Amino acid sequence: MDTTRLIIVAVGGQGNLLASKVLGEAALRAGIPVRMSEIHGMAQRGGVVESAIVFGDAQSTIISDGEANVLVGFEPSETLRAVGKCNADTVVITNLAPLPPFTVALGKGVYPDIDDLQERIRSKVKKLLAFDSTALARKAGNVMANNMVLLGALLQTGVVPMTADQVREAIGATTKQAFVDTNLKAFDLGYEAARKAA
Amino acid sequence: MHKLLTDSPGQKMLMLGNEAIARGAVEAGVAMASTYPGTPSSEISLNFFQMSRESELYFQYSTNEKVAMEVAAAAANSGVRSMCIMKHVGLNVAADALMTLAYVGVRGGMVIITADDPSMFSSQNEQDNRYYGKLSGLPVVEPSSVEEAKELVGYAFDLSEQLQEPVLFRTTTRINHSSAFVTLGALKPPETKGDFQKDPFRYVTVPAVARRLHVKLLENQARAKELSEASPYNFVEGAGGWGIFCNGVSYSYVSDAVRDLGMQDRIRIFRIGFSHPLPEQKIKAFLGECEKVLVAEEGEPFMEEAVKAFAQEAGLTLPIRGKADDLFSRLYEFDPAMVRKTIASYFGIDYAAPPAIDVQDVPDIPMRPPNLCAGCSHRATYYAVKKAAEGMETIYPTDIGCYTLGFLPPLSMGDFLICMGSSVGTSCGFSQATDRKVVAFIGDSTFFHSGIPGLINAVFNGHNLTLVILDNGTTAMTGHQPHPGVDMSQLQMEGYGRVSIEAVVRAVGVRHVTVIRPFKVKKSIEQIREALAFDGVSVIISQEPCALYAKGLKLLKGKPFTVSDKCKNHRDCVNDLACPAFYIQDDRVHIDADLCVGCAVCAQICPENAIRPVKIEKTA
Ligand code: SF4
Repeated sequence: MDTTRLIIVAVGGQGNLLASKVLGEAALRAGIPVRMSEIHGMAQRGGVVESAIVFGDAQSTIISDGEANVLVGFEPSETLRAVGKCNADTVVITNLAPLPPFTVALGKGVYPDIDDLQERIRSKVKKLLAFDSTALARKAGNVMANNMVLLGALLQTGVVPMTADQVREAIGATTKQAFVDTNLKAFDLGYEAARKAA
Repeated sequence: MHKLLTDSPGQKMLMLGNEAIARGAVEAGVAMASTYPGTPSSEISLNFFQMSRESELYFQYSTNEKVAMEVAAAAANSGVRSMCIMKHVGLNVAADALMTLAYVGVRGGMVIITADDPSMFSSQNEQDNRYYGKLSGLPVVEPSSVEEAKELVGYAFDLSEQLQEPVLFRTTTRINHSSAFVTLGALKPPETKGDFQKDPFRYVTVPAVARRLHVKLLENQARAKELSEASPYNFVEGAGGWGIFCNGVSYSYVSDAVRDLGMQDRIRIFRIGFSHPLPEQKIKAFLGECEKVLVAEEGEPFMEEAVKAFAQEAGLTLPIRGKADDLFSRLYEFDPAMVRKTIASYFGIDYAAPPAIDVQDVPDIPMRPPNLCAGCSHRATYYAVKKAAEGMETIYPTDIGCYTLGFLPPLSMGDFLICMGSSVGTSCGFSQATDRKVVAFIGDSTFFHSGIPGLINAVFNGHNLTLVILDNGTTAMTGHQPHPGVDMSQLQMEGYGRVSIEAVVRAVGVRHVTVIRPFKVKKSIEQIREALAFDGVSVIISQEPCALYAKGLKLLKGKPFTVSDKCKNHRDCVNDLACPAFYIQDDRVHIDADLCVGCAVCAQICPENAIRPVKIEKTA
């Protein structure tokens, strides 16, 4: 079976560990082997959290530079920071709502220009899908559902080997009962946004 | 019910490596587990903690790794299957117990988890704990995957009982923190009570006894070697004249690489899962069938040196290489592409790495280092100490916990750190060797772990220093585990005592003890100033619950603050405190109401009095 390598980058607290878990559960449902790794560490203290998810027969749980088939960024500057994981055939999906790192407030660095950021990523990879997923999460009823919006968009691109329904089922089984409806709505909004952009 | 207690053999479950290890122990009938938390091992013990509340398993958070090992060693010598869990550097703390426990041995199975951290994702060094196997003479096993980790725990318990020795189970972060599907096996009910049979000439290690025990240890090692030769965890796969030795996660990278390179019939792989003692005969036989060998292991050349020695004994002169400038590094963790490239270049395989994309034009993206949480009490304490010490020549030895992050600017409170508890011990030396005012920082959990002997040393030897104990009521950094100072009834748990830090500090003879509430900025600064002026050992206990923990328990009562138009934009708040709740928009300071916990520290330092509670703003 072909291997699909997915990197998710986010800022601590944006819920990318839950997103990976949903994908893992969906893969279990679909009978697709999956291995994932993540660096927890000080995620809750506002650092960067990176998850690697490898679908298919590979044994490795991490993804080297230049070897991601798809990169999903929950925050635009983090997507750009992780672009070294991509190659010319990579599909990149990114949120466009910035969460500037605290160093910006301290005057130690300038947040990249959003248009320029997209141009740079787009020029290097096969496809960039960029939209304000935070806004769609808010529309679904909870900004914390940003992760589900991006999962919806990811599933629409067809790069990962599961169906949207398998992921919807996994959302129902994995996320907190009180949030399932919001999460599913967020997932569908993300799916729709990606379809329109395609 | 806890997911790891699910009793349905054959079911597949997505598990974190650490969960797989805990499940493996439960399937092996572990009855007692002890730990001091440490990344990347912490989720193993967290799961035991949770499971112990709904099963017969006994679990404890011990004060440090040495105590944890002693607890488990006694259980095992009463015939009870025990496990103790620690990060790699924790084994240094427990090493004194380990070395002689190896002489004494065990009766019930005992497995010691040592979680190594190549690349130092959350550690102060990347030592390779396989050497503890060599140093102590104990068996070492290492899983290569999440699934294998679960199986290997059961094997390790059996091995321990066969040899009557504890077994070191070595993982690396990429095992602990990877997830995969694991198939559940049958649960084995724990035998929670054993009995200790007195035999002082086996258990009391006076020299005459120890001399005989060392003989026994060497005999056990010889038996361990035979078991290693026969172990299914030391296996060979593939065919061909080129050979690769690998262990742990490097096995995954090597097998993927061999497959990607299409070299399955040219390269044979020797996977080592039982790495001390190594299977000497099997290795010699393998070498005899190879013309060229590569050793792929993260960390130190542990296998490489042994394999070279075996080749020498067998009179074999084939090239064997591993660690070298043009091959594998001793630094940091491996990754699949690097391993693939190294294999290709060593064996001269035609391989072009996929073209990398050009990232040269990517602008510098502002760094996003971890930061103390909004409303973290440590920030307030650091600020107050800094103010109180203004004008003094200081040294700030620090310690291990969230508060270590205070060494980053703008707080810049942290000058020296080597290990758990080192803040106090090194302060003794700095205060003697320099004329500076020495102010040390240590967390509450770390104080119990290994700060107390240093403090006693300071009192006894008459040093001149101030120790600030950052008491936030939890072991925050590793995920909010309890420690001996915690009120366990708050967690609805009974049967626990509680140790008062203040009583301990007074009892060891510290004459100047101050308890401060760091969110009262002005008063804290005054109190600290007084403590700093004391000639001798003074201790400041800064009490305020960890904000993140309190948030989780819904104990936070503070209301968010906001910046009013009285703000003159000189930004003392942002630049001195670096609280992540601040952000700058349109060149003005704002406070993110979702992050602000209402500690009010910034409001107290704003010279314009511009920072006010949100509510008052509204009604005003
Ligand atoms: S977890 Fe607690 S101690 Fe750690 S930085 Fe956050 S508030 Fe501070």
